[in-house]
Amino acid sequence: MLHTLRMIRIGWILQLKTMARSGFDVMQAVVTPIVYASIAFFLYRRGGGAETLLWVSLGAAFMGLWASTLWGAGNTIQRQRSQQTLEFTIASPTPFLVSLIGTSLASSTVGLYSLVATLAWGRLLFGVPLELAHPFLFALSLPAAVLSLGLLGIVMAAMLILYRYAYALANMLEYPIWLAAGLLAPIALLPDWVHPISYALAPTWGARAVRESVLGGSPLFAIGMCLALAAVYLVIGYFFVRNFEQLARKRATLALS
Amino acid sequence: MNVVEAIDLRRTYKTTTGTIRRRSLEVEAVRGVSFSIAEGELFGLLGPNGASKTTTIKMLITLLIPTSGEARVLGHDVVKDARWVRQRIGYVFGGDRGLYERLSALDNLRYFAELYGVEPRKQKPRIQELLDLVGLAGREKERVEGYSRGMRQRLHIARGLLHDPPVVFLDEPTIGVDPVGARELRATIASLTASGKTVLLTTHYMFEADALCDRIAVIADGQIVAQGTPQELKAGVADESVVEVEVFGVEEASVERVKALEGVRAVTIEEREQKQLLIVQTAPGLELTHAILSQLNGTSVGRVSSREPTLEDAYVQLVTAV
Repeated sequence: MLHTLRMIRIGWILQLKTMARSGFDVMQAVVTPIVYASIAFFLYRRGGGAETLLWVSLGAAFMGLWASTLWGAGNTIQRQRSQQTLEFTIASPTPFLVSLIGTSLASSTVGLYSLVATLAWGRLLFGVPLELAHPFLFALSLPAAVLSLGLLGIVMAAMLILYRYAYALANMLEYPIWLAAGLLAPIALLPDWVHPISYALAPTWGARAVRESVLGGSPLFAIGMCLALAAVYLVIGYFFVRNFEQLARKRATLALS
Repeated sequence: MNVVEAIDLRRTYKTTTGTIRRRSLEVEAVRGVSFSIAEGELFGLLGPNGASKTTTIKMLITLLIPTSGEARVLGHDVVKDARWVRQRIGYVFGGDRGLYERLSALDNLRYFAELYGVEPRKQKPRIQELLDLVGLAGREKERVEGYSRGMRQRLHIARGLLHDPPVVFLDEPTIGVDPVGARELRATIASLTASGKTVLLTTHYMFEADALCDRIAVIADGQIVAQGTPQELKAGVADESVVEVEVFGVEEASVERVKALEGVRAVTIEEREQKQLLIVQTAPGLELTHAILSQLNGTSVGRVSSREPTLEDAYVQLVTAV
């Protein structure tokens, strides 16, 4: 257990270091949330009051957080494959899932910046007020959201172990999840058949937990759902990684050639 | 005791051709490879590019599942007991990839030390020991992306030895490394067996195999074509002789005529700047120099010499016979 925690910690630190050393990664992490926040504000500033704008800005923050998770999941495996570290990591005695947890959580952690940037941008340019209804629960909802998004990232990264070009599919998931998770518009506006999908997604509950912590409400249920989904994603991730790794060894898709 | 055993290993790849009309193809890369390596032995797997040396080694290190056959390391099946095997083997691939480019050598080693379960209190001294061994001490805080090929290769060796494995797989570890660096690497490889490790080395450099290996298996087209000590393999061609002819712009037709001569066992051409060296292996007791030269009429010929066969000649004959 201690080894697993150490492994997650070092994976998290080194992934953050790797991302911080790429100008492109840094620029993307800095600019993307600001762009998303601006789009959301321009869409809603005419029709909505201060509370609506805050609701939208928190949704925009989760758009950035989700983008970061998705980018991290897709890019980590793809980069490891292209620099041929994927084989070395998989052929080590540590289960690949453990090393994946650290790197995936690092991407979600970077996504946290998008929350800060979106709220700061909204405050500075659009005068969106920021008062926390439940500061303590807000502090609790953030790590719960990061954890559940990070572990959802693992489920997607697992597919990339087997399918060399699955990152294209992962990238396609960015916009539909914004809608399904109710980041820009309430889930109630979506057709009924979308609701089960929405409720299975970490961004839905993460955004709800943070929104209810800031705007008022009972965020505890949403926080609990984040943690429950994180556990479910971990179990799914475990089976995906184990089976896809086995299949990749059978089909010889770990290396590029 | 056999530390590594490969028993009739086979590996087939599925591939497709065409864009619209796709056709599935099955390529049999490894075709019934068997060998065993004793404890403390340095065993060479020798073969040309595409002979399936890497595919064979990837099956032994648990990265590929064999299509059929068995492979055991320290008595454990590499498919059923993959995790057990992984804890006890180290492997080093040739080339300049396989490292986290944006991280320092130290970070790379720290990460792999954790992956291989090296105890935290032992990590620091072990990493320092290996940095000293491979000559990277003092450069460990630099990012790997700024490393030369030789430095990367030495870092690969340090990475492969972090957990002090009893069995080490080295896949063309000196490829692309400059002569001085390659010599240092060979000294490091030799020191591994001196410290009691069992080593499987793949290479296509004959002198490297000759200098380092206790035994060699020659692999060509996915099959083992010969096995033995370097001396035994050389003995297979000991009674032959080799004629070397310097030629300038030799044509393929002339080479084919030389190959067709009775008593010629193998013909190879080495490019040497503006000229080529035609190396002809001939059957024992035959003097074919004149016959060879007569087949080269029209080609400018330089120095002609004959010599005793080497391990390389034995290898060439074995792989060209497949």
